[in-house]
Amino acid sequence: MKKNKKIINDTLLYTLISIFLGLLVGAVVLAASGFSPIDGYAEMIKGIFGKPKYLAWTVVKSTPLILTGLSVAFAFRTGLFNIGAEGQFIVGALTATLVGYFVHVPAIIHIPLTLLSGCLAGAIWGGIAGILKSKFGVNEVISTIMLNWIAFYLSNYFIMMDGFKKPGTEASFNIQDTATIDIKWLKSLVGPATKVNWGIVIALILVVIISYLLYKTVLGFELRAVGFNKYAAEYAGINVNKSMVISMAIAGLLAGSAGAMHVMGVSHKITILAAQEGFGFDGIAVALIGNNTPIGAILGGFLFGALKYGGGKMQNIGAPTEVINIVIGSIIYFIAASRMVKIIIDKMRGGKADV
Amino acid sequence: MFSKNLAMILSTTLMYSTPLIFTSLGGIFSENAGVVNIGLEGMMTIGAFAGAAAAVMTGNPWIAFLVAGIAGGIFALLHAIATIKFNADHVVSGIAINFLAPGFALFLCRRLFDGSTMTPPMQLTQKMPRPLNGIFAKGSFMDIVFNTYSTVYIAFALVFVTWFILYKTKLGLRIRAVGEHPKAADTLGINVYKMKYLCVILSGILAGFGGASMSLAIVSTFRPTLISGQGYIALAAVIFGKWKPQGAMLASLLFGASTGLVVFLGNPSVGFSVSENLLSMVPYLITLIVLVLFVGKGNGPAANGQIYEKGER
Repeated sequence: MKKNKKIINDTLLYTLISIFLGLLVGAVVLAASGFSPIDGYAEMIKGIFGKPKYLAWTVVKSTPLILTGLSVAFAFRTGLFNIGAEGQFIVGALTATLVGYFVHVPAIIHIPLTLLSGCLAGAIWGGIAGILKSKFGVNEVISTIMLNWIAFYLSNYFIMMDGFKKPGTEASFNIQDTATIDIKWLKSLVGPATKVNWGIVIALILVVIISYLLYKTVLGFELRAVGFNKYAAEYAGINVNKSMVISMAIAGLLAGSAGAMHVMGVSHKITILAAQEGFGFDGIAVALIGNNTPIGAILGGFLFGALKYGGGKMQNIGAPTEVINIVIGSIIYFIAASRMVKIIIDKMRGGKADV
Repeated sequence: MFSKNLAMILSTTLMYSTPLIFTSLGGIFSENAGVVNIGLEGMMTIGAFAGAAAAVMTGNPWIAFLVAGIAGGIFALLHAIATIKFNADHVVSGIAINFLAPGFALFLCRRLFDGSTMTPPMQLTQKMPRPLNGIFAKGSFMDIVFNTYSTVYIAFALVFVTWFILYKTKLGLRIRAVGEHPKAADTLGINVYKMKYLCVILSGILAGFGGASMSLAIVSTFRPTLISGQGYIALAAVIFGKWKPQGAMLASLLFGASTGLVVFLGNPSVGFSVSENLLSMVPYLITLIVLVLFVGKGNGPAANGQIYEKGER
């Protein structure tokens, strides 16, 4: 890790160039299949910023991605790869729906109770992976992939239960109104169909808390030390095994909170899943784009939310909206292969110098 | 009745193990050469699509099968370039492939088939043939188990071929040397980069075959949820099987057997009511338990997932 200040600044440059290259790949794919990339991206930008309603949707779509991105970024800072945000999101959503539906208390208790139970479920789910790694040496990439699928089937199992499944549907009952976090007055302003909710505010607060925890507390210092060099940290007297469990639990808590808030603010129920929805996997991309920093998770989350929501509008010109997944994949690819981007930059710089 | 039920379970076990066997063999090549390949999922998906699309277009399942392998190989080449040439983190590059390949599969599917995310259903002649069809008495035990798709036989044959290559040939020794200690291998004149490229591309071809054995045999169409997670399960089978072809085959059979049980018990005529969802969880739980009990630390190729740079100290 021979990084100096200059390279850290370059990281942002590489990321921006990767985003640009990703959009370029998307443009080439669109052009190659007979669509105008300019029209396509124009539709996308209109679809994001065109109306207050669209902007509200972009924020709503970005919220869970900011949190799952934060979850992955946090784990990464502490030396762990959390592929399990998907499963942690699912158990968070499941638990929040159970608490939101079966418990009857006033909103002032019900909202925090629902949110915290979702967080706790996610923390346990992440913590399991942490324990498996610290106690038994099971690689967290594999264990979290397994836990994702266990969560997936667990959620489907619970939805099928009598008294929880809404008859005639493929979903649970809706949670009680006292457990929802919709912003009703804003809804009447930007359109009743939008799902504007307090989730984004809570997400931003969590980003601040995590930043503080990571960079201003002893615990955060220890966790980062383990992420930076496990052996040196151990030599310095840090309990590495305990750190791993704590950081996986916190990562799980964040992804679990995303699931809970998605239920409380957007879906109000959970539906039988045919395939994993990808909130957790998108979180990995968000974290990578944000260079695994908390602030980066906000920017990455918004970029992703915007691409996914606005990209859907490309169907207005008849283009398959899957082109957005190609764009996202390309961005991650270029970020992964940042050395490729560096070579491109150096060539461009070299070119300029010659002129 | 019992023997018929057993035959049904065995038959579905063999069928559902096949995609996992192909793909985990891919993982074994790649990881034994030191490249972690989490992109198997995406390579399977593009293979499943390319196979189904080519079958509908050409009408020949064998051409379709090859096309699927090539499609998987192309995305594996992307992974190889990123990880070998540009020092990308193997997991991150794999994640990128898992966005890119399914993205391309669905994009092309919509372009080729009138905006649909499913390929049109295949004619029987476009599906993988059943080589032993008509040899056994119809409906007999042997018929139910062995009158199955050729992909099943190819997969098991490839387990043996992979084992032979890895442990009985000079090439296999070189591959494993590169995964264990690339520097030492380099010193002995082995072209580390070439070995890695070869193995990663091979892993994509095999994953493509795995996807096609799903879309050309078990289900006669491609749809977005067709693969959903099987590439990851194949990866687990690699680790579960301790990076050995015979081990991965056994792990794949275990996963296939649980799917076989789910399919069997899901049949209303069986009259057995255990939640399909709980049953589906079993293989993942078993994997976790086995990892805890038997695998633990340090069984994989020593330099797996590490970036190798020639001339670095």
